[in-house]
Amino acid sequence: MTITTTDVQTPPNASSTPAKNRAGDRNFSWATRGAGMLILVVLAGVAAFLLLESLPALSADPADIEGGEGFFAYVWPLVFGTLAAALIALIVATPLALGIALFISHYAPRRLSQGLGYVVDLLAAIPSVVYGLWGIQWLAPNVRGAWQWLADHLGFVPLFTGPASATGRTLMTAGLVLAVMILPIITAIAREVFLQTPALHQEAALALGATRWEMIRMTVLPFGRPGLISGVMLGLGRALGETMAVAMVLSTGGFTWSMVTSGNSTIAAEIALDFPESAGLKTNTLIAAGLVLFVITLAVNMAARRVVTRRQAFSGAN
Amino acid sequence: MTTDAVPATATGTLTHRRLPRYAPAVTLALSAAVGAGLSAAVGFSVPAFVVGALLAYMATITIAAGVVEGRRKAVDRLVTSLVYAAFGIALVPLISVVWSVLANGLPRFGAEFLTTSLRNVTGLHDQQAAEGLAPYIGGAYHAVLGTFLITALATLISVPVGLLASIYLVEYGRGRLARAITFFVDVMTGIPSIVAGLFAAALFGVLFGVGTRNGFAGAVALSVLMIPVVVRSSEEMLRIVPNELREAAYALGIPKWRAVVRVVLPTAISGIASGITLAIARVVGETAPLIVTAGFTSSINNNPFADWMMSLPAYVYSQAMRPLSGSTPEPSLDRAWAAALTLVIIVMALNLVARLVARLFAPKNSR
Repeated sequence: MTITTTDVQTPPNASSTPAKNRAGDRNFSWATRGAGMLILVVLAGVAAFLLLESLPALSADPADIEGGEGFFAYVWPLVFGTLAAALIALIVATPLALGIALFISHYAPRRLSQGLGYVVDLLAAIPSVVYGLWGIQWLAPNVRGAWQWLADHLGFVPLFTGPASATGRTLMTAGLVLAVMILPIITAIAREVFLQTPALHQEAALALGATRWEMIRMTVLPFGRPGLISGVMLGLGRALGETMAVAMVLSTGGFTWSMVTSGNSTIAAEIALDFPESAGLKTNTLIAAGLVLFVITLAVNMAARRVVTRRQAFSGAN
Repeated sequence: MTTDAVPATATGTLTHRRLPRYAPAVTLALSAAVGAGLSAAVGFSVPAFVVGALLAYMATITIAAGVVEGRRKAVDRLVTSLVYAAFGIALVPLISVVWSVLANGLPRFGAEFLTTSLRNVTGLHDQQAAEGLAPYIGGAYHAVLGTFLITALATLISVPVGLLASIYLVEYGRGRLARAITFFVDVMTGIPSIVAGLFAAALFGVLFGVGTRNGFAGAVALSVLMIPVVVRSSEEMLRIVPNELREAAYALGIPKWRAVVRVVLPTAISGIASGITLAIARVVGETAPLIVTAGFTSSINNNPFADWMMSLPAYVYSQAMRPLSGSTPEPSLDRAWAAALTLVIIVMALNLVARLVARLFAPKNSR
């Protein structure tokens, strides 16, 4: 949110005698300014420490990095896994979130919709480790059969090459868990903008004889598009950076095109799984991978902000 | 809008032919039968039944509406059933998450689970318990304590910084610095939690030697995630304080800082408190930053400034991924579920508190 509000300014000092310079005022304003600067320092610190600690990995002899072919050969399969899992999550979650948001805002009875909105907000607050536990214990065994079917019938597509994982702990499953996690986030934002569609627009459309869907297509969707896009982008940012769900659900391994066998890994999962036991150059390599993740999510989030300029009230905070 | 002209009905009235009100219900019942038949043909399973019934319903209602009511109504009915279907499909995983947590977590959850730690509990105990030779032992007291200490420390760091920064943005900030802070707070909301953890780990590694892990490092990592949330929510709340209040205070000759502290903050305090509670709820379940900064332990650690410290999310993770007994993981999994239930209860309670605070302490509107 850019600072454009000028209405909260101190009244202009119209009187000829300047206000007394009070110590309390000075200290307080400096304290607040200091807090603001501290935030900048922390962020600079995050970037600086990540850079500093990843330099050894970037400049090391390629043979010393895990895999023996240098940092970029090490990191690109992780980037692929990260993007693939997030993409699966988006493809699954976006249409569903759109449907739920429309259901809550325009289809459900009004009394029901308020309660539903509250439930969706609560679901968005469930910690990721709980989703991870659910994914490994409930989802993976239940979708195993579906991946088997995909491998049997669509095995000629590189993405579904068999043999399917016997445990169901594949990148597809991880992507589904991510989809379930970002579903409430996208839904909450989409519902919020849909509800803000001017009632006059909707009533005008209905008065002209539009059916409910035509009314939604003509008034709600155009009005809510920036909000919907920003919700999707924020969901994407969350899916890219999400660690625990993938670290727990996916049985990680080397790069493979197939989404239904075990293998692949994401940057965040790799860090969570390896960092606690890492030492020396391996630590630096993982931090450098974290830097790559930081840059990717930064790019996505900044793109999202750019889209939202029309609806600035939406932050990614919750 | 491209419309087909409304066909004038034979009776010459303005009304249009419509499907009877009971049409969707009847179609749904018929489709359920069709779905049962279809799924029986491929070997009965619940998903096959639901998909079959759904497809049958959508096809039937769309075609029927198309014949009786015209194309536009048919599209409308199709979209309506799609929206309901999306909602129904999305309910499955969400209900399943809640149900799994409750059903698997409740058996082990209780006072004993919350008051004992995992110290000296080994895989042998778990094997004996699974064979029925010994009671199930081992709880999550150390993890609850760790979560409480780490979150409290993170709150102590984040709230003053976040609140003061939001006051700066609303009351003082002009020009380049304020714009920079706003922009970078936005950037900070997007930091992946694991990256925040890496930052804290690297920071403490540089300051106190490589491999330093303690609760305070975890609190620093959580603060990086929490500060932007606090700034955002407090800023929004401070901005909606009416300017008349500030002007009235100035007119009485009150210095600006006292006007902020005694007039602006009390007016917005309910929103700010609820925002802070939501921020706590957000970081209390963070796992990734804690496993790289605070580590794991099975013992009670009261001191967040020394030694590894367990937290509830890390407890769930370690019990699920590295069971105490490799051959009989069930007791460990039960513990993981019980800890997950504890975590969910904490998060839900915080959310409820936030709502209550926002409602109960909202400024009274006399107008």
